[in-house]
Amino acid sequence: MSSSEVCFQLKGSNITSIVLELKQYPSTEFLSQLQDKVSQAPQLFADSAVVISLEKFSPEHTHVDFKPLIADCFEAGLHPMAFRSVDEALLESVKTTGLPALPGAARSASVHAVEADNTPAAELLPNGDGEQVEMTLESPREEEAVEEAVTTIIETRVEIQEKLVHRPAKIIERPVRGGQQIYAEGCDLIVLAQVSEGAEVLADGNIHIYAPLRGRALAGVKGDSNARIFCQQLEAELVSVAGIFILSDELKDKAWKQAAHIQLKDERLTIAQINDK
Amino acid sequence: MGKTTTSASIGTGLAQRGHKTVIIDFDVGLRNLDLIMGCERRVVYDFVNVINGEANLKQTLIKDKRVDNLYILPASQTRDKDALTQEGVEKVLDELSEDFDFIVCDSPAGIERGAQMALYFADMAVVVTNPEVSSVRDSDRILGILQSKSRKAEKGEVVEEKLLLTRYNPERVEEGEMLSVEDVKEILAIELLGVIPESEAVLKASNQGSPVILDSDSNSGQAYADAVGRLFGEEIEHRFLDVEKKGFFKRLMGA
Ligand SMILES: Nc1ncnc2c1ncn2[C@@H]1O[C@H](COP(=O)(O)OP(=O)(O)OP(=O)(O)O)[C@@H](O)[C@H]1O
Ligand SMILES: [Mg+2]
Repeated sequence: MSSSEVCFQLKGSNITSIVLELKQYPSTEFLSQLQDKVSQAPQLFADSAVVISLEKFSPEHTHVDFKPLIADCFEAGLHPMAFRSVDEALLESVKTTGLPALPGAARSASVHAVEADNTPAAELLPNGDGEQVEMTLESPREEEAVEEAVTTIIETRVEIQEKLVHRPAKIIERPVRGGQQIYAEGCDLIVLAQVSEGAEVLADGNIHIYAPLRGRALAGVKGDSNARIFCQQLEAELVSVAGIFILSDELKDKAWKQAAHIQLKDERLTIAQINDK
Repeated sequence: MGKTTTSASIGTGLAQRGHKTVIIDFDVGLRNLDLIMGCERRVVYDFVNVINGEANLKQTLIKDKRVDNLYILPASQTRDKDALTQEGVEKVLDELSEDFDFIVCDSPAGIERGAQMALYFADMAVVVTNPEVSSVRDSDRILGILQSKSRKAEKGEVVEEKLLLTRYNPERVEEGEMLSVEDVKEILAIELLGVIPESEAVLKASNQGSPVILDSDSNSGQAYADAVGRLFGEEIEHRFLDVEKKGFFKRLMGA
C-alpha cells in the first residue's frame, strides 16, 4: 500500500449518548416507562443514540431476550447502538441482538484520528479538539490494519495521560451559536462569550461561561461527578453533571438569569446563585 | 425576510457613493433580485452561464440605468441549485474583485448549500433579521456557520458581522407582539447596522422595480441610507425605533 494513495481516513470521536441503565427486565412496564421519560424532554431524546448499560442489571436467568427491549427503544424514538458493562454470563444474550458489548464506563476509549498510512502512532495523538465526528471508510481491506493502529494508539495514549499532571483548559472567545457544539476533552472549558439557544458545550471537567448560557452545558461527561458548571447568566435549556441533568422548566425558579453555580450533591444537581446577598 | 430588498438597497447605496458595485443573486431557481432592481427584461445570460463558461462577465452583467457604478449579476431561473460550485463561484468572484470595489451577495433563505455558497467567501456579513423569535434563531445559526464554515473561518480569521433588523414595527413592539431592538441585540450580541421600519414603500418600490433606497422620502429608504453611511464608519443615530406620537402642533403642520 505504500506507493498508492491513502484510500480513507478513519477518525474516531467522543459521541455524547444517552445511557439507559437497565435495572429490571423483562418487564411489561418497560415501554410505557420509557415513553414517559422521553416525553418529558422530547428535544433531548428524539433520535438520540443510546447505550444500554447492564452495570446495575442482575437477572435471575443468564438467558435474557433483549430483542423486544431494542424494539421498544426504537418505538420510543431512541436508537440503541451498543451494550455496556456486560457480565460474562449475559454475553451470549447480548450477542444475539447484533449490537456490540462495550467495556464498562471507566475503561471507555476516547478520541483518535488515524490516517491509513504508516505514520508512527506516537505522532497521531489527538490535539484535544475532539470536534470531529466523522468516519469514512472506503476500503474494507484496510480495516484490520487500522484496528491494529487504533489499539496501539489507545495504549500509547493511556500511558501518556497517566503522566500528565495538568491539562490546560480549552478557551473559547467567540459566541457558541445554535447548532454548534464545543467539547473540551480531558479538561475544563472556559467560554468568554454567550452560548446560544440550540448550542451545546461539553467538558470532561468544569465549564465556566462568562456570559449568558442559553443552550446546553454538560460537565463531567465522562462521569466526573465532581465537575461543576459556572455561568454568569443562567438561561439554559439543559445543564448536566456526570449525566444527571435538569431542563429549563425546572431551572426557571432557581437563579434564572443570575450568575449561577451548578454541582452534584448526593446524586442531585444543586443550583446556587453566585454572590447572593 | 428582506434579504433581497436589503441587498438591492445597500448595493445601490454603495454605488450612489461612487463605489463600483455589483449585486449577485445567489438564489438559483428563484430570480428575485432582477425584479426588485427592475431589470428582469434585460437578462440574457446568468450567473450559472458564467460559471459554466457559456458566457463571459461582460455579456452577463446588467448595468443599472439609474445609478452609475451599479451592476447586477442575475441568477438563473431554470437550473438546479447544484449548478453553483465552490470553484466556479470563487473564479467569478476573483474576476469581479479585480474590477469592483464592492460585491454584494444576495443569499437564498435557510442554512443549506445555497446560503453557504453565498457566505463562504465573505469578508463581511450583514445578517438580515425580523423581530421574531424564529427569525432571530435562524440568524444565530447562520452566524455560527459564518464563523465556522466560511473561508475566513477556515483560515482562523473572523468574518465581520453586522445586524440589520427589518420590517420593524414599533406599534407591534409596544403591544408585545414583536421583539424589540434591545431584545434582538441581546440575543445575537452583534453590532447593529440598521433598523428598517416596516413600510408600504418597500412593496411599492419592488412593484416598480426600483430599490427602496431611491425613495428618499420614505422612512425605509432613509433607514437604508443611514445603514450605508454606518458601513463607512459614519456615526448616525438609529431612527424610526419608537411609535410616532403626533402632537397637536405637528398634526396641524401636516408633518
Ligand atoms: N421593510 C419592509 N417593510 C415591508 N415589507 C417588506 C420590508 N422588507 C421586505 N418586505 C417584503 O417582504 C417580502 C420579502 O422580501 P425579500 O424578497 O427582500 O425577502 P428575502 O429575504 O429575499 O426572501 P427570500 O428568502 O424568499 O429570498 C417582499 O414582499 C418585500 O416587499
Ligand atoms: Mg431573496
